[in-house]
Amino acid sequence: MGPRLKLFLPLILFAMLAITLFRGLSLDPSEMPSALIDRPFPAFNLPRLGGPGLLSQADLEGQVSLLNVWATWCVACRVEHPYLKQLAQRGIPLFGINYKDNDADAERWLDELGDPYRFNIADREGTLGLDLGVYGAPETYLVDAKGVIRYRHVGVVDEGVWKTVLEPLYQSLTVESGAQ
Amino acid sequence: MEDGSRAFVSVADSGEWRAMKSACWLFFTAALVIFVGPALALVETYDFSDAELEVRYQNLTEELRCPKCQNQNIADSNAPIAQDLRRLLHQQLEEGDSDAEILDHMVARYGEFVRYRPSFGGVSIILWLAPALLLLAAFGVLLLTLRSKSRAATAGVASLSVEEQARLQSLLNKAEQDS
Repeated sequence: MGPRLKLFLPLILFAMLAITLFRGLSLDPSEMPSALIDRPFPAFNLPRLGGPGLLSQADLEGQVSLLNVWATWCVACRVEHPYLKQLAQRGIPLFGINYKDNDADAERWLDELGDPYRFNIADREGTLGLDLGVYGAPETYLVDAKGVIRYRHVGVVDEGVWKTVLEPLYQSLTVESGAQ
Repeated sequence: MEDGSRAFVSVADSGEWRAMKSACWLFFTAALVIFVGPALALVETYDFSDAELEVRYQNLTEELRCPKCQNQNIADSNAPIAQDLRRLLHQQLEEGDSDAEILDHMVARYGEFVRYRPSFGGVSIILWLAPALLLLAAFGVLLLTLRSKSRAATAGVASLSVEEQARLQSLLNKAEQDS
């Protein structure tokens, strides 16, 4: 190592540290990718909200779909609800997991605000939530036609999230499943 | 002194004092109900069939990180998800799962994030090896610096010519005379 280079060593080290820390400023520490990405949807056998019969992971297969974890106690769920209705109107298959909620409250919510879901899984004890690694509603999972989880979004789904993140993924998965 | 105590007795006997006393009691009782009540309701307790299970429960709740909260383990957190995980943990312990099985179960759902002591392997190998590597690097730098310093010192002495030595000596002598 030349003496010139040695002279600049502290500056180089400082620059490296500065770059690392600067990168850290724009990282989101609460961003946590799901541990279940590219894994099959966890097996479950839970009642259908407001209806007879049990639902299982097989009921989600057959098309690319969005799976929305919601509850009546969740304030942000009320915020995203109108946008979910828009998505359902556009024909996006949307399923719901009513997470740790009271069935009567959930049904009243759907009666009053409208029901964008094809069906709702009543996860009263939050057992499916635990298997999915849910840590706070609302969460939205993108599940492919074979029932494999491909993406998880934590927080409100709105126009911005749909256009920039979910829709491109949804489109490419739809193409992928159509090709097979 | 006597006057003071007599005054106290007379006030203590008066109805006004009694009313104040009962108001105080009421206040403290209300405060207890308001502030302590929810705290008691939030900390759930579990019965264990074995004392050893309880020790493992304590250790695991301290090692598992609450997924919702950034820097709390599930023992300290009162987030609903932490409560759910404690309940799951209790259930798994009672079912006879080993610590490794329980941690694998949690990591499969919540990722490595959920462990405060990440496993040795994958990306976290950097975390485990970094301290040792940095220490080695520091020793290396120290060794190189010391060696080049001693080399420079000996080289410096040897590189003075006879003339320079003489000049140095005269300068030193001059400095001594001046002082």
